[in-house]
Amino acid sequence: MSSVLQLLLEGERLDTAQMAQILGLPESEIDAELTRLKAEEILLGWRPVLNPERAQEAVVRAVIEVKISPERDGGFDRLASRIARFDAVESCYLMSGAYDLLVFAVGKDLREVATFVSERLASVEGVLSTATHFMLRAYKEQGHLLLSPLDGEDKPAVSP
Amino acid sequence: MSDNGQHFVADHVAGLPRSGIRDFFAIVAAMPQAISLGIGEPDFVTPWHIREAAIFALEKGKTSYTDNLGLIRLRREISTYVENNFGIGYHPETDVLVAVGVSEALDIALRAVLNPGDKVLYHEPCYVSYSPSIVLAHAQPIAVGTSAEDQFGIDPERVEAAWEPGCKVLMLNFPTNPTGGVTERAKLERLAKFAIEKDLLVISDEIYSELTFEGEHTSIASLPGMRERTIFLHGFSKAYAMTGFRIGYACGPQPLIEAMMKVHQYSMLCAPILSQEAAIEALKNGVPAVTKMKDAYHKRRDLIVRRFNEAGLDCHSPKGSFYAFPSIQSTGLDSMSFCNGLLDQEEVAVVPGTAFGPSGAGFVRASFSTSYERILEATDRIERYMNSIRT
Repeated sequence: MSSVLQLLLEGERLDTAQMAQILGLPESEIDAELTRLKAEEILLGWRPVLNPERAQEAVVRAVIEVKISPERDGGFDRLASRIARFDAVESCYLMSGAYDLLVFAVGKDLREVATFVSERLASVEGVLSTATHFMLRAYKEQGHLLLSPLDGEDKPAVSP
Repeated sequence: MSDNGQHFVADHVAGLPRSGIRDFFAIVAAMPQAISLGIGEPDFVTPWHIREAAIFALEKGKTSYTDNLGLIRLRREISTYVENNFGIGYHPETDVLVAVGVSEALDIALRAVLNPGDKVLYHEPCYVSYSPSIVLAHAQPIAVGTSAEDQFGIDPERVEAAWEPGCKVLMLNFPTNPTGGVTERAKLERLAKFAIEKDLLVISDEIYSELTFEGEHTSIASLPGMRERTIFLHGFSKAYAMTGFRIGYACGPQPLIEAMMKVHQYSMLCAPILSQEAAIEALKNGVPAVTKMKDAYHKRRDLIVRRFNEAGLDCHSPKGSFYAFPSIQSTGLDSMSFCNGLLDQEEVAVVPGTAFGPSGAGFVRASFSTSYERILEATDRIERYMNSIRT
């Protein structure tokens, strides 16, 4: 893994100049590496990690287990990418086990997600069944612990 | 008498110098907005699997005393760990003592071996407790300076020159707090030879050994003829980010551990059982977390050393620990004035080198156990401060 990518994955918000400082590389080299990561579709985007408990806009999130029938050419790929294209779908994975696709969907309220499942998803030809689970509360979001902020006040500002 | 009890204080305690930086600490504590590079502990929280082991032990009702030497399960893990990582064999039944941090282990080691008036050689700048611990054991500290030219490793010639009749103990701490200095094997071999020749006991505090960035850490206890004259001290605070657990250990020949055990038994009884349970988990499964933290310190070290040098502070690259120890001699200021000025003008706290002994004069200690963002901001401010001094 490149040092630039490693640094990005550590998760601190850093601009190119700061990354250059930290890694001891010229800024041009950082830029070139970022360009390469994007061009090779290793780095897909820069979405921030929001706290679902605090985020301004109310959203409803659901995890949907989907069973689909595989096709002679391409197995699950055609149907999976067709489902993945819906705006309501945030992530979509092929799974081993009792169902085939795990779909993370989002909507502004319960009705919107329910409509998506019943009218869009379930009606795709080849979708055999769906089981929808609504998320109630987040405890950890992409590595960030929620609801238990660290109390650092007891740590002395200077210690031997 | 109207001295409010002062006359009850023992002479050797009253005679201990008041740490010159206590007032400085108080000022920093009152400035929550300041960026502190003065914190002598990891910025990481103890890895969760270790905390979870302590919680589980509490749930199971592990709230009792333990054997004075510590849980035998822990001593077995320590024995294996020290054998595998330092190449020294210690019997878990007789040669290992679990203490309340290396600080306690150091204190009881000194109290167990020193008679009043004995002399102890130690290198300086060093951890703040070394000289006072020797004095509290009614012995006489003899400081051996280390210098930036040697990257704060110890020069055996200076130890030999400092030796005088009555010297009984040589204390070592590599990698060193506050300098990050290490001492390579060849010099340790020469020191070992000298220790044998002069019949010195070596007390070696190797608490930062896992945080060695370059080269391989060598323990003096592993050198030929040294096991029987070395007390090896180690603990969990730094590598495993377990400072608040207060847990460390001593390994050594059975008669010395037995003597230390007496002091420990009558003062501390045993280390807290929950911390001992956490330590077992740390030794069994802690390697990936230690490696991850060490990699983070390594990158931060490279960054802070580069930024200090760019800012005009001559800074060697510490080979271990999470401290940089740049020289401030180019400013013409003494350590305390530099630190006070930096805190006043730029609200950045670093610790004056003199806090770690007179030979720390002309240096400051900056901990890089903090985020990139804070290191970048702090070093930008230090650069601005340097420019203001120059003009």
